[in-house]
Amino acid sequence: MQRRTIAGLAALALADLGLSLWMGQQAYRWMPPQASAESVLVDNLFSFMTTLGSFIFFGVMGTLLYAIAFQQAAKYDASDGPPIEGNVKLEVVWTAIPILLVIWIGTVSYQTYDHMSILGTITPKAMGTAVESSTASGSSPINVYARQWAWEFHYPDQNIRSTELHLPVNQRAQLLLLSEDVLHGFFVPAFRVKQDVVPGREIAFEFTPIREGRYRLRDSEYSGTYFAANQTNVVVESADDYQQWLSAVAAIPATPAQNVAYDEFNSDRNSTGLAWETVKPAPAPMVNYASSEDDSHE
Amino acid sequence: MSNASLEVAPQNLQPQPGAPDNWRRFFSFSTDHKVIGIQYIVTAFIFFLFGGLLAMVMRGELITPDADLVDRTVYNGLFTMHGTIMLFMWTFPMLNGLANYLVPLMIGARDMAFPRLNAAAFWLVPVFGVILTLSFFIPGGPSQSGWWAYPPVSLQNPTGNLINGQSLWLLAVALSGVSSIMGAVNIVTTIFRMRAPGMGWFKMPAFCWTVLSAQLIQLVGLPALTAGAVMLLLDLTVGTSFFEPSRGGDPILYQHFFWFYSHPAVYVIILPIFGIFSEIFPVYARKPLFGYRVVAVSSLIITGLSLIVWVHHMFASGTPGWMRMLFMITTMAISVPTGIKVFAWVATVWGGKLRLTSAMLFGLGGLSTFLFAGITGIMLASAPFDIHVNNTYFVVGHFHYVINGAVVLGFYAAIYHWFPKMTGRMLYEGLGKLHFFLTFVGINLIFLPMHPLGLLGMPRRVASYDPEFAFWNVIASLGGFLLGVSTLPFILNVLSSWTQGEKAGDNPWRAIGLEWLVSSPPPHENFDEIPVVVSPPYGYGSDEPLIENNAKELASEYS
Repeated sequence: MQRRTIAGLAALALADLGLSLWMGQQAYRWMPPQASAESVLVDNLFSFMTTLGSFIFFGVMGTLLYAIAFQQAAKYDASDGPPIEGNVKLEVVWTAIPILLVIWIGTVSYQTYDHMSILGTITPKAMGTAVESSTASGSSPINVYARQWAWEFHYPDQNIRSTELHLPVNQRAQLLLLSEDVLHGFFVPAFRVKQDVVPGREIAFEFTPIREGRYRLRDSEYSGTYFAANQTNVVVESADDYQQWLSAVAAIPATPAQNVAYDEFNSDRNSTGLAWETVKPAPAPMVNYASSEDDSHE
Repeated sequence: MSNASLEVAPQNLQPQPGAPDNWRRFFSFSTDHKVIGIQYIVTAFIFFLFGGLLAMVMRGELITPDADLVDRTVYNGLFTMHGTIMLFMWTFPMLNGLANYLVPLMIGARDMAFPRLNAAAFWLVPVFGVILTLSFFIPGGPSQSGWWAYPPVSLQNPTGNLINGQSLWLLAVALSGVSSIMGAVNIVTTIFRMRAPGMGWFKMPAFCWTVLSAQLIQLVGLPALTAGAVMLLLDLTVGTSFFEPSRGGDPILYQHFFWFYSHPAVYVIILPIFGIFSEIFPVYARKPLFGYRVVAVSSLIITGLSLIVWVHHMFASGTPGWMRMLFMITTMAISVPTGIKVFAWVATVWGGKLRLTSAMLFGLGGLSTFLFAGITGIMLASAPFDIHVNNTYFVVGHFHYVINGAVVLGFYAAIYHWFPKMTGRMLYEGLGKLHFFLTFVGINLIFLPMHPLGLLGMPRRVASYDPEFAFWNVIASLGGFLLGVSTLPFILNVLSSWTQGEKAGDNPWRAIGLEWLVSSPPPHENFDEIPVVVSPPYGYGSDEPLIENNAKELASEYS
């Protein structure tokens, strides 16, 4: 190869690399706020994969677009291209590079996953084994009840019930995920954690919130008619505010919470025309503290 | 259907195809693989339009955050039936149609190995298509549990009727499985037993390699899905407890049955499209397929790997850590043979004499959307990242870049390429290019915004969503409507060209392949004399004769 060709290719590769590194930095901006320790790890992993993916995407697309722009046959040129059937060296290289890339991505993913596990994340009670769990402060895990279509959080130590999940910042949150009917999914985008809630199983689940604020908790496993409305909020607050909230709520008597599915079901369903039979929503949960759908979230 | 009997002499017990010039043969129990291929493709395309219409209503609902256009139950029925129709009524039958039409011609056979089985497999398609369509009109409406039909939601049956949307859905899926297994047995046997003399494995076109690899998956995987569907039907109708947790069943077990087939199914779908790319790029770049043998064999490697990746759909289902890591590695490994193919196509195009016909534009467009989908696919394989985007619009965007990107664009490429062979008429290039640009813009406009939506945490299958997602959803909906409009020039093109298009010769693209040596459309039983193959496919630029007695003709054609 001529020296000029090599220099040209190197310049293009550098440009591709620069563009890809920039894409990798942009990747952080496509994500929700980083509100948990896990979210930092996942975002770093995503940025890394975006960088690598962009490099390949722009490299391949650049080559194709160049060919489209400059290698079209002239209008009356009926001749064939060069009869190149392959190139063993090149084929070995482009088999080896994906293998190395895959090993690299796999290793980084494994380390990320491992790190999340060191933090104690995602220990589903799989295969029916019991998981011992207690927070550093010795309190019991918060029971998360998912049903068609409401979320309810039970704090067993204080024996209070809420439709809004309150968690202290910078402490390991320990949850026990329970479903009373069908599959649901516990998903807080700002925490980058998700776990299906399986009827008949108790699933222990952990993560660490690191940023105060109110975030959205969504049902992520399709659960029937009012699936889309099965959302609530998570409030991350300082340890003091959290304790104050617990003791204040303990004094409030239980009342039925606002529930979108139950309200919609009991209002006139036929106002929009065609509607089919649906599973009847569970009644609005009786809670000491109810969230409002009007509350703002990040 | 009974028209065929008019042409079959009563005393003749052998199956006979209708006369090639009789359009009524398309409505008959014809055993001609070319008729069946077109029957498959046209039937599938009608259902493609139906499934697309359902999607456009969904995009209409999603253009605003509230559930205001249709009732939530209707929306849930729409996305369930959209997914079901697009897979079982469009993609699989369409690919079977292409394989049916092309494989015997490409390998130098007079028909498929089992012509009557072939016709029976096809005629099951309208049967379960009608069952699915009818489910819209029964009390309670069609299935609303998503195309995965995960229990317990799929077992809830709010009407309490024995005949309900879900039971009809399961019946249709089981029938579809039977039809596909019949097709797979036929295609695999045909490729193994009926290749023309001289056509060793490495003289077989890449499309046949990919079809073989795909149909082998059908044989191994489909029994699992069909069994799962039957078990779910039993749970639903007679109260068994395979999957119902309140009766001691295991809902996660169903997910294994389902994905053991339904992930490999993605490769059943994409492999023949890879084959189409491998056929089309050499023709319009005028160069041999780069690394043909490696490309051919990598299809079989993909088949093998595709059977051991299914748990990556279940990373959030409560699977243990070791399982997540294991299936993460196998899933990533599949990108190696796939990457080899992508690089080989780029090298095929590179340095050629490109002709940007409609077929080539669709091929290149399909390759670019597949490249993008492949990269997001590797991201999804990474378990820690998948846990964030699992069941969000990121996944929806990813697989629509595969299915509506690579697969639909690949299908159009195949039609623009082989339509002259099938009908003897050329399609209009101008309409073809308009069709390409509308489709390509539409696809990116609707599916690209789904990626940021998923990253931000918008779950899939929602009839309503929080207002912060509105911006990208409006763009996606506009793209969806454009995608709907983009089919109009295609339909116009096909209808007018089929009746009054310019006559195509035997080989309008100067392509190399056995199917281009016969007349357009090919005669009854394809070959007067079975050709003897002497060269590997894709001899562009090297003036090698493809078959023994054709040396002279080829030489003159390429002088």
